[in-house]
Amino acid sequence: MTSFTSQTFIDRLIQENFKFFTGVPCSLLSGLISYLEEVEDARYIPSVREDSAVGLCAGAYLSGSLPVLLMQNSGLGYCLNAFTSLNLIYRIPVLVIMSWRGQGGKDAPEHIIMGDISQKLLETAGMDYAVLKPENCDQVLETALQKINGEKLPYTLIIEKGLFDERH
Amino acid sequence: MKGTEAFQELLPLLNDEPVVHANGYICRESFNIKDREANFYMIGSMGLASSIGLGVALCKPNRKVIVLDGDGNVLMAMGTLAMIAAQAPKNLVHVVIDNEVYESTGSQRSLSNQVPLEQIAKSSGYREAVRVDKKEEIKPVFEKLMNSTGPSFMLIKVEPCFDPKTGRVTHTPEEITHRFMKSLQPTGNER
Repeated sequence: MTSFTSQTFIDRLIQENFKFFTGVPCSLLSGLISYLEEVEDARYIPSVREDSAVGLCAGAYLSGSLPVLLMQNSGLGYCLNAFTSLNLIYRIPVLVIMSWRGQGGKDAPEHIIMGDISQKLLETAGMDYAVLKPENCDQVLETALQKINGEKLPYTLIIEKGLFDERH
Repeated sequence: MKGTEAFQELLPLLNDEPVVHANGYICRESFNIKDREANFYMIGSMGLASSIGLGVALCKPNRKVIVLDGDGNVLMAMGTLAMIAAQAPKNLVHVVIDNEVYESTGSQRSLSNQVPLEQIAKSSGYREAVRVDKKEEIKPVFEKLMNSTGPSFMLIKVEPCFDPKTGRVTHTPEEITHRFMKSLQPTGNER
């Protein structure tokens, strides 16, 4: 099996034509963002809030680009109004890469509740997702691309601690 | 000047530029005065017209992109002013119709009578930020900003005058997406 790293994963997304990246950092995504800052075929634009990143991605999609939003699950609350009153009703897709803080109740106090409910929130909003693993990457990306290019709807990849390298 | 008068001055100055509209009064007034395929009517997601416009401007660097925003929207997403200033898209003109109230929900006051939004834009790093108080200033100021390097910010101070009978946008959100995307496709005469 080929190795699964921040670099191979981003390169794979670029191959699939995702070249517009934005988001708000999380330590679990720091390896991905570091690589995005140095890779030539993609751009990473720092956003100040997760909902601004949703707007930025919507503008990119409307202009013919395929956007990716990186954020911690703590940002999901900020995004829900944008997802429900923009992306879902306008059929504006985005690939969301969302880190999973508070998984299993073992994290800093501020992450525990959102760690427990973030997948339920996505389900309640009718938004599909998958927990990304090295072994399911191909299959999950195929599902995500079908959702984004076929149904024109957002798709979320949930990132557990330890999947990617951390830079700090 | 009344809000409607600002739209009546501004809208005839548009050609084929994409215009991202803030929700509420801004969408409805513009739609009823002059509907265009290149209008993106953001009917929900308050605060995000500016970030949507930034995304369009960054991905379509050869098109002038206009955000038609409101004071309530700008106040909700002031961080986006920093993002626009930092990315500094030369092709973005951010026009704000400032009536100092949330007019479509019953004219509750916003904060823009106390907080000068054009100064915030200028301090954030917009290349130009102009406040306009008179109807006669709209045309020359807008034309100047359309012909200069952005990002630029144009604050138009207006009196509330929204007629609640003004119709809502009748296109479905999916139709708005479809026609806006079509209007952005290369035509061979991009400028």
